[in-house]
Amino acid sequence: MYEWMVTARYYEERLQEEYLEGKQPAFDISAGPIPGELHLAAGHESSAAGVVSHLRDSDTVTAPHRPHHVAIAKGVDLDRMTAEIFGRETGLGKGKGGHMHLFDPDVNFACSGIIAQGVPPAVGAALAAKKRNTDDIAVAFLGEGAIDQGAFLESLNLAKVQDLPVVFVIEDNDWAISMPKERITDVQDGSRRGEGHDIPHERVGHDDAVEVFEAAREAIGRARDDNGPSILEVQVHRRMGHFMGDAEAYRPEEDKEAAQMRDSIERLEATMEDAGITADERDSIRTDAQERVDDAIAWAKDQPEPEPDAAYEDVFTNPPSGVTDAEPATDGGETQ
Amino acid sequence: MTDRERTMSRAMVDAIAHEMRENEEVFVMGEDVADYEGIFDSTTGLREEFGYDRVMDVPISETAFIGAGVGAAQSGMRPIVELMFADFFGVAMDQIYNNMAKNTYMSGGNVSVPMTLMTAVGGTYNDAAQHSQTLYGTFAHLPGMKVVVPSTAYDAKGLMHNAIRDDDPVVYMFHKRLMGLGWMPAPDGPKTPVPEEDYTIPFGSADVKREGDDVTVVTLGLHVHRALEAAEELADEVDVEVIDLRTLVPLDTETILESVRKTGNLVVVDEDYQSFGVTGEITARVAEAALEDLEGVKRLAIPDVPIPYARPLENEVLPGTDDIVQTIRSLDPVRSLSP
Ligand SMILES: Cc1ncc(C[n+]2csc(CCOP(=O)(O)OP(=O)(O)O)c2C)c(N)n1
Repeated sequence: MYEWMVTARYYEERLQEEYLEGKQPAFDISAGPIPGELHLAAGHESSAAGVVSHLRDSDTVTAPHRPHHVAIAKGVDLDRMTAEIFGRETGLGKGKGGHMHLFDPDVNFACSGIIAQGVPPAVGAALAAKKRNTDDIAVAFLGEGAIDQGAFLESLNLAKVQDLPVVFVIEDNDWAISMPKERITDVQDGSRRGEGHDIPHERVGHDDAVEVFEAAREAIGRARDDNGPSILEVQVHRRMGHFMGDAEAYRPEEDKEAAQMRDSIERLEATMEDAGITADERDSIRTDAQERVDDAIAWAKDQPEPEPDAAYEDVFTNPPSGVTDAEPATDGGETQ
Repeated sequence: MTDRERTMSRAMVDAIAHEMRENEEVFVMGEDVADYEGIFDSTTGLREEFGYDRVMDVPISETAFIGAGVGAAQSGMRPIVELMFADFFGVAMDQIYNNMAKNTYMSGGNVSVPMTLMTAVGGTYNDAAQHSQTLYGTFAHLPGMKVVVPSTAYDAKGLMHNAIRDDDPVVYMFHKRLMGLGWMPAPDGPKTPVPEEDYTIPFGSADVKREGDDVTVVTLGLHVHRALEAAEELADEVDVEVIDLRTLVPLDTETILESVRKTGNLVVVDEDYQSFGVTGEITARVAEAALEDLEGVKRLAIPDVPIPYARPLENEVLPGTDDIVQTIRSLDPVRSLSP
């Protein structure tokens, strides 16, 4: 768990550096090596680590718009994920998807940038596992803001009536962009949405990876043993703006500071210390992780960008007859 | 009376604030419209002036809050509801096209839905397939909604005043790249002088943004500015007329026909998908009414692929100024310019 958590944190620190390149002094979202939106997950690591620890490659995970920490824990190819974020030809999606749309079928990982819309496909993966009589399961990650969506609420019901092996993991970071949780819901414990569907549910009230691990073991065990869906909510923290470039003018200083003070990585380090794991051992895990990340970023940046004509490929797996590759209009436009 | 320069977002907000002051029944709701003041600055300053009751942040529940907008409108209020990105329409489309758009008709005209649905459209910043679409055609295709696409601050204000006062549902689609955001620089053009007082621009009045005799370019939104740039680039070769549609529903066919009858050449430029879309509609209308005047027709739009993320790929599929220049040249119009 520690390895994944420090990998994810360092990965995002490095991405942040790369993202800001070319965007200074005046922030221009379309400038620099990584344009578009970038949603980082610093402060969310414990939920990914605690949950995904119990999964195997054949289990399915769907992630939302803030996917990197979950992807890293699930074992998504770090090099190709990074190449995708840099928009390179060898990226997971050949540069077509970008950071909110990472797909790695080798480890059954997918995401969606539309709120809660990754949840029904997770239910579908669980349905497939059940129909095929495997003991694979599915896990859908989503934010506390996303649980108000119909897609989530409908999924709960479908998963329950079909008794599907799926775990819904809510990452509660208290904020949905600028909207604090208390202003958009009267139910502060989101896992209680399970009550209306008779679905077992639990909330881990702080981002202690070990506690998440224990709670997830139960929920995932239930799914694997054919005992239907569960909800697990984890209190995490948003250490940064909603997306890179978000100045968080709406967020009280105390809240920002509180998020910085509660660090799941430091918490886990203390636990490891108590368990007799030395600082040296931790440092070596950390150094290895950093090396892996640095290598992935260096490799990705060295990869070629896709040829413009590749834009016309992959619309269909099996292009219908009569549909030839579209002709490029001309030699391409420029970004303003 | 002063004509202050305004960004497009400021001009929109000026109109909304004016209508809110004049009419207690006007209110705004959407995600991040209060404290954040709109992700694309579409509600800047409104919460401060009008408070949370009239500028409402709502849960991420588009079906519920867009549908609630319909209900409030049917009760006689004038809600302005924001759908943050047009791309998100999918989660709430039933409320949009089965209720908002159809209730007037299905009630035999006994129910009206005076609601404005405003939403951001457009790419050019590599935000990939779920956050970069324009979808003009989708909204214009479904009957029952008026569809507005401003390209300048002046138009944005006048059209917004209209939208809020209109007794029908209006979908107001603004291009992110035109808003004048600090973090997404706009091209020259959308920032214009804007009168302080209120004024309306009738729906269904296209605007000739540049006059010319050889080729008619019909477009909307961001691509008005790209077409104008292309026209300037070609100024020594051909005389290009640029028509800004301003509204898709109703569509000002007359202005287009008049221009094509003069130039004989039509180029339609759109940031939406090509097939079954705006470019097809405009060319069909011109073919039906002015076939004998037409010498050449070309269209330029997203070639029916989802919008890709990587920069070379997005540049390839989005019609750029160069693409417009080449498309106009490819018609080989007879130049009317004196040498
Ligand atoms: C259907 C839909 N509505 C709105 C958005 C815009 N949006 C992106 S992230 C976000 C907030 C999500 O909050 P939460 O689920 O709590 O996750 P967090 O970002 O805090 O991790 C919103 C409103 C979207 N992507 N999709």
